[in-house]
Amino acid sequence: MISLEINGKKYEVDVSPDVPLLWVIREHLKLTGTKFGCGIGMCGACTVHINGEAQRSCQFAVGDAQGKKITTIEGIPVDHPVKRAWIEEQVPQCGYCQPGQIMQAVALLGEDPNPSDEKIMDAMSGNLCRCGTYPYIKQAIKKAAKEVKKS
Amino acid sequence: MTAPLITRRDLLKKSLVGVGLVVVASVTPGGYRILKAEDASKEPSDACSLTLWVRVTPDNVVTVVLNKSEMGQGVYTSLPMIVADELEADWKQVRFEPAPAGDPYKDPLMGMQLTGGSTSVRHMFEPLRKAGAAAREMLRIAAAQTWGVPEGECEVYQGAVRHVKSGRSLSYGQLCEKASKLPIPQHPPLKKEGQFRFIGTPLPRLDVVEKVNGSAVFGIDIYLPAMAYAAIARPPAYGAKPTAYDQEAAGKVAGVFKVTPIDRGIAVCANTLESARKGKDALRVKWGPGFQPDMENETLEKTFNEHLGKPGVTARSQGNIAKALSEAARKVQATYFLPYLAHTTMEPMDCTAHVQKDRCDVGVPTQSQTGVLMTAQRVTGLKPEQIHVHTTYLGGGFGRRSEVDMVEEALQTSKATGKPIKVIWTREEDIQNDFYRPGNCCRIEGAINEKGDLTAWSHKVVAPSIFARVFPQRVKDGVDPAAVEGIANMAYEIPNLQVEYVRMDTPIPVGFWRSVGSSHNAFTVESFMDELALAAGKDPVEFRLNLLKNHPRIRRVVEFAADKAGWEKSLKKGDGRGFAYHFAFGSYVAQVAEVSIQEKEGAIKVHRVVCAVDCGPVLNPAIITAQIRGAIIMGLSAALRERVEFAKGRVASTNFDNYELLRMNEIPEIEVHIVPSKEEMGGIGEPGLPPIAPAVANAVFKASGIRVRRLPMQPMVLEALKKK
Repeated sequence: MISLEINGKKYEVDVSPDVPLLWVIREHLKLTGTKFGCGIGMCGACTVHINGEAQRSCQFAVGDAQGKKITTIEGIPVDHPVKRAWIEEQVPQCGYCQPGQIMQAVALLGEDPNPSDEKIMDAMSGNLCRCGTYPYIKQAIKKAAKEVKKS
Repeated sequence: MTAPLITRRDLLKKSLVGVGLVVVASVTPGGYRILKAEDASKEPSDACSLTLWVRVTPDNVVTVVLNKSEMGQGVYTSLPMIVADELEADWKQVRFEPAPAGDPYKDPLMGMQLTGGSTSVRHMFEPLRKAGAAAREMLRIAAAQTWGVPEGECEVYQGAVRHVKSGRSLSYGQLCEKASKLPIPQHPPLKKEGQFRFIGTPLPRLDVVEKVNGSAVFGIDIYLPAMAYAAIARPPAYGAKPTAYDQEAAGKVAGVFKVTPIDRGIAVCANTLESARKGKDALRVKWGPGFQPDMENETLEKTFNEHLGKPGVTARSQGNIAKALSEAARKVQATYFLPYLAHTTMEPMDCTAHVQKDRCDVGVPTQSQTGVLMTAQRVTGLKPEQIHVHTTYLGGGFGRRSEVDMVEEALQTSKATGKPIKVIWTREEDIQNDFYRPGNCCRIEGAINEKGDLTAWSHKVVAPSIFARVFPQRVKDGVDPAAVEGIANMAYEIPNLQVEYVRMDTPIPVGFWRSVGSSHNAFTVESFMDELALAAGKDPVEFRLNLLKNHPRIRRVVEFAADKAGWEKSLKKGDGRGFAYHFAFGSYVAQVAEVSIQEKEGAIKVHRVVCAVDCGPVLNPAIITAQIRGAIIMGLSAALRERVEFAKGRVASTNFDNYELLRMNEIPEIEVHIVPSKEEMGGIGEPGLPPIAPAVANAVFKASGIRVRRLPMQPMVLEALKKK
């Protein structure tokens, strides 16, 4: 049995410790906001927070996630400045990559509430979006940063 | 399913229990007709096609049932906007539901339930307006009857009817029961221009909140009770057959309960995804050589070049091309080469199916409900009414999800096991088993007279045929319409024009990729146009305008883009500005790109793109702008570096480490200008893509003197710089 703490809730799952965390979150625990995109850590669709840091859950063995605090898109409050900015800027098109983008952006603003354009590019260039919502993502992060600074 | 998905039967039931008002816009051979659900359900299905259901219920909710798939292009917002505007609904009360699959929901103009060709709004505009208007009139009359006042004294506004004199008001929810008993007006008055409240405004999308909070259900998010997973070992090379595999070893993997050969490979079925994948690895399949074991990038290019020398079929011919070329003051000739491209939707292919004795359910992110239904009938032998197709959100489509290969294999494995089965492709499977944007090779010859006017254009296209497989009835006289679109119908006024097509068959399957043939043809036409302008000693924009004397709509969009971009203004030394124009899917698009080339690394940096689009009347400008920006980015990604690699008779590209897409650090500033237009409505999902590759190529020439004649251009430009 593997014990996990996700979004403040405890879970027990009967899986082998080498299974990627992504598939345990999605297919076993049915927290489906976290998406599969490439399986090699090149697209960012599966991004979650592990102890507050953005991680690619497809590259993280579930056994190594034990005893750590995991946060998924479902664990980010609906009134979080990043989620609000994403809605205000109307970022998503197909929407599939967006949970990963949001998790990456939340981690970025947690670390630097006032990121420069360059820092935004650096932090976000690991997350692919085939619909091409990048200009909207950039705008939303800037808007969210203003909110974070205010609070 | 994690979200309740409705079936056609549920929908009929819901509509017939007398809850609220349900209006159906129906398409008959005689034109549009509007019916109530109970009447519609009595009509034989071949005489009447129910394309839309608008439901107004006592909870004061307006639900629009949609026969088009949401793949990012915004139809779950734009189509409800059309209904809500004519209905005079309050936008806050509007909801949507995906329609089930079936004849009644076919696109009236396509004869299929299919989302593609940038047609959703264009094809659904008229029936949706009528349905909304009919429901509005019935609600208004219901209110007048309730109050015993003349209809003319009742006004509708934001989901309610008001009696102006007395100040009384009733909501649509309160009126819907009574309205449902009234006869349906066949010719409800439609709003006039200037009366629209939603149409033409940037209303926020209805799907954004659930896509932000992570609850939106995509195909990969479907769960059924007792569901199992299948992983499929697929032929590595085209046409390869398995010669041996270790079924016993796979069967020993914990959780694996069935190993079964299916049409596309060997399926390993297991209780969990990880067991299915482990089982697939344990199979250790040995494969035969396939159709063309020596096929690779170089042999393919050689085959393209050989086909250039073969006679083609004529797609367009006017004037006397031989005479015009022989009398030319200056002749220009060039050969262009474009690669195969993969769709790489962010959600890899997936499908969930449950085949039972007398019922079949398919949950799938699809662009083609008709294709899914036909496949399910073929695999299961069940009747259409026993098959229930549940359309989820699509994690990208771009044409890939108009195919049903993933549906067939989910159905076959479910049929073989009797269990609900979910198939999720790996990214490697997705990239290696695509229906690719075809590779393309062209030779173009042009003639210029002494005055510098273009007198002749001869264009020979070599490309595999998409239509030969998908819609063979549309291949006329041997011409694949996609292979020559944007060339055979180009508007430039050239007295002597010839377009030839040479079909090239390879084992590589090809399919619709956002903007289809225009994705390569805009590049060759618009690049060559700049080559000719240079030979004629003319400004590229002026050169084009001279060829568009009888095309005021195109002239306007060309001038609009040039003006907004500051075409005449000088640039920093080393920067280049390029122009391109293209017509596709009913819309006219012109783009100006500004680039520079980093001296040391040779990297092409696109700084700014200015785009003008004339798509006729505008439904939602925010969605249009987002679609155009997205299409430019996808087109730029392909233009700069996308190319499917082939080796040993197979696709050698595997994942995003070797099939690289454009990332956020490389996107330019993109300005989109919508040209005010009252002309015919055009599509918007695809037309933004084609002009970007030639606009950038033409800018690269201005910046560096390097003429890009093959894509992707980043490696090509690097090579040219090394030779300099």
